[in-house]
Amino acid sequence: MNWIVKAARAVWDFVVGDDPWTAIGVVAALGATALIAGTGAAAWWVMPVAAVVLLALSLRRAAR
Amino acid sequence: MSGQDLALAVSVFLACAVEAVEALTIVLAVGVTRGWRSPLYGVGAATAVLAAIVAALGPALTALPINALRVVVGGLLLIFGLQWLRKAVLRASGLKAMHDEDKAFAAETDAARSAERASTGFDGYSFTIAFKGVLLEGLEVAFIVLTFGASQHNVGLAAAAAAVAVAVVVLAGVVVRRPLSRVPENTLKFIVGVMLTAFGTFWGAEGAGASWPGGDAALLVLVPGTALVALGMVRWLRRTPARTTALGEAA
Repeated sequence: MNWIVKAARAVWDFVVGDDPWTAIGVVAALGATALIAGTGAAAWWVMPVAAVVLLALSLRRAAR
Repeated sequence: MSGQDLALAVSVFLACAVEAVEALTIVLAVGVTRGWRSPLYGVGAATAVLAAIVAALGPALTALPINALRVVVGGLLLIFGLQWLRKAVLRASGLKAMHDEDKAFAAETDAARSAERASTGFDGYSFTIAFKGVLLEGLEVAFIVLTFGASQHNVGLAAAAAAVAVAVVVLAGVVVRRPLSRVPENTLKFIVGVMLTAFGTFWGAEGAGASWPGGDAALLVLVPGTALVALGMVRWLRRTPARTTALGEAA
């Protein structure tokens, strides 16, 4: 069981790294894109805006 | 070769070259200090593990429906790309120490000299260090090859670009027998961060059901746009008085 926890932690560190808020933000942005696209409205702008905002917030946290 | 294929090949080549330079530094340090046989066994074993991972996951990934694949892969690439870009922006703005291959080589060489030597011909220390170094850096390569390749149903092209990058770096390493400190590694990492973020944004949105104005041509705006935003953030951070003088060195 121990190795499963270790492997899961390694995958988490590898993909998510030391800023889980960015990962949470990306998942939320994908969800918002799917919701808006489902209504038939243009949804392409959500991901670029989310990427800029998430990068800025992540940098602000790191620079503090 | 289409524009997307070319972008795929260039992105994978650059990302893999960066990772290969880091792995080469580790292998050179143990090889020069303790002999070549055991570290080369380590490199061979790690390469076999990585090839097995790509061979097992590649066909499985390409069998998934394209939209499900793109939303998952796009999301992962965007998370991964934003990590790279964050580190690159922090380095470029002076808030994080630059990655220095000469320094990494010196630290690895010191550690290799001070480690105990085995009395038998096989050197477990050299094998383990080379195996771990190549496997860890190679996993990032495998991740990029699989995500980029699967999203365009072209794992073969991505794997070929990765192989060429590794071959070029290894050849250069064999010729100079020194860490490749003249490679503009930090600049390459910045470019790779931009590419991963732009492709992650594109595929993530497409997979979630959005349609890009201009279709694939939107990437021609997304890539330079992401680069400009990142450069703007470097300027913003340089002007902002930092409370932290230098964040620690990491991959």
